[in-house]
Amino acid sequence: MVRPAAKIEIRGLSAAYGDRVVLEDVSLDVHEGEILAVIGPAGAGKTSLLNCINRMSDMIPGMKVEGSIRVDGREVRDFRDASDLRRRIGVVFPLPVGLPMSIFDNVAFAPRMGGMRDKKKLAELVERCLRQAALFDEVKDRLGDLGTRLSGGQQQRLTIARALSLNPEILCLDEFSIAVDPVTTMKIEEVIKELKQHMTIILVTNLVLQARRLGDRTALFLDGRLVEVGPTETIFSRQTADVRTFQYVQGLFG
Amino acid sequence: MNGALPFATTDVTRASRRRESAVRGLLGIVTALLILPLLAILGLLIRHGAPALTMDFLLTAPAAGMTAGGIFPTIVGTLWLVGVSLAVAAPIGVLAAIYLNEYAGDHWGTRIVNLAIVNLAGVPSIVHALFGVGAFVLFLHLGTSILSASLTLAIMTLPVIIASTKEALAAVPMSFRQACWVLGASRWQTIRHVVLPNSIQGILTGVILQVSRAAGETAPVMFTGAAFYLPFLPQSVHDQCMALSMHLFTLSTQVPGVPEALPYATALVLVGLVMSVNLTSIVLRSYLRSRRKW
Ligand SMILES: Nc1ncnc2c1ncn2[C@@H]1O[C@H](COP(=O)(O)OP(=O)(O)OP(=O)(O)O)[C@@H](O)[C@H]1O
Ligand SMILES: [Mg+2]
Repeated sequence: MVRPAAKIEIRGLSAAYGDRVVLEDVSLDVHEGEILAVIGPAGAGKTSLLNCINRMSDMIPGMKVEGSIRVDGREVRDFRDASDLRRRIGVVFPLPVGLPMSIFDNVAFAPRMGGMRDKKKLAELVERCLRQAALFDEVKDRLGDLGTRLSGGQQQRLTIARALSLNPEILCLDEFSIAVDPVTTMKIEEVIKELKQHMTIILVTNLVLQARRLGDRTALFLDGRLVEVGPTETIFSRQTADVRTFQYVQGLFG
Repeated sequence: MNGALPFATTDVTRASRRRESAVRGLLGIVTALLILPLLAILGLLIRHGAPALTMDFLLTAPAAGMTAGGIFPTIVGTLWLVGVSLAVAAPIGVLAAIYLNEYAGDHWGTRIVNLAIVNLAGVPSIVHALFGVGAFVLFLHLGTSILSASLTLAIMTLPVIIASTKEALAAVPMSFRQACWVLGASRWQTIRHVVLPNSIQGILTGVILQVSRAAGETAPVMFTGAAFYLPFLPQSVHDQCMALSMHLFTLSTQVPGVPEALPYATALVLVGLVMSVNLTSIVLRSYLRSRRKW
């Protein structure tokens, strides 16, 4: 069996907001077609890691990034226009954000910004993305309603549909279940398993059991450092390389 | 027995309720008093000015050494001044505000610019007038003209337009911008399709309020482009013009033998103009707010 090449290759990554270092010397691979669960306590640097990968770090005043991140072998720093990079990486934030426009326009926004004008193609695309995000049946009769007027859980799935609208090869989900009820969470988890067929997924989560359910591999961050990364079974077994991993996933930490 | 019930009224809650209604009453009365000056001014103007306020008054030129006739040229002149100054100040102000709020980071350069804007907004209008004479009339050789006067008004209104536009832009939640950026939208695409459509009500309100301010100011136009009396209407921005505010000043202090009703009627027109502009802004605001999207 040929090992798939790393989709994302992170080497010696450090990041800081001003003088405050929040990621230190992180090296990590994300394999093609896997779900990498990223766990760790609040402030560990999980969100900062995602911001580095899609260069949202450019948009945060005072954020400095060092080290190397390669996506498909290409250094992200070298993208002249970070938009080209971001269009290939879908990101879902912890708190759902419906853009102040119709549900349809929310999903069609990114393709339109990319120059897609064909009404029929857009309609097909919007339907496909909403279906993929398990939202279509709930909103199909009111695609013209404002995205901001949906419930929190619906907006979260709308955000996922939007993230899928550019057919990204990589999808980053940042604590998507934070504002969502258990039923919707389960719905979205099914969606994620489905999406794994087509893309590489980084799943940042505060729920260790969610990492266990979904992650092919799991990475634990503590205080800006990668403690351990490995197959999810290993991370959740007694054979962890680092004792802190065992303590954290068993809830014995601190 | 009663005292043991969980929702019982006690002396303490009764006293607190009395205080509550006393405070509410006081605040309400003070607020109501605010309307008095406005009513008094309007009442005075209407009582003295209304008899002279005819169609003729609005549509004819002053006559008999300004002791008779109407104010038509001053209305035309004020429209010129406000229109030209707005055509200059609104686009520049809005563009500068977009730059400051959306592009410029927070560093010493932008802090100096922001400080300058705040201070410029506090400069008295007579100082703007002197600056206008020096910069536009003399240095740029624009002469006393509508152009000079309008540019002076533009300089005066610009900082306020910038400040109110920035405020309107900043009211659009940052999370909307981030949501666009992660989708690969550029800064300008984000501004054009999300930020501006959702801040336009605030931007327009700010701009319109400066219209009424520009219409009412006397000092900035007095030395730079407004004339006491002109026998003809302005044909271009290089002509001088008459102005309502200036005319009111002239009638009430510079010309002997003016019938009392004339300045009052002129003031009534000026106040009416300013109030209708403000009203437009209020109506526009509530219309756009009813279409708010979040
Ligand atoms: N914009 C910012 N400016 C300054 N410091 C920041 C900023 N964003 C995050 N930080 C700091 O960086 C550290 C890491 O934050 P990060 O958001 O990456 O943590 P996280 O692992 O995602 O935590 P959580 O689970 O709470 O989301 C924290 O100490 C935080 O205070
Ligand atoms: Mg986070």
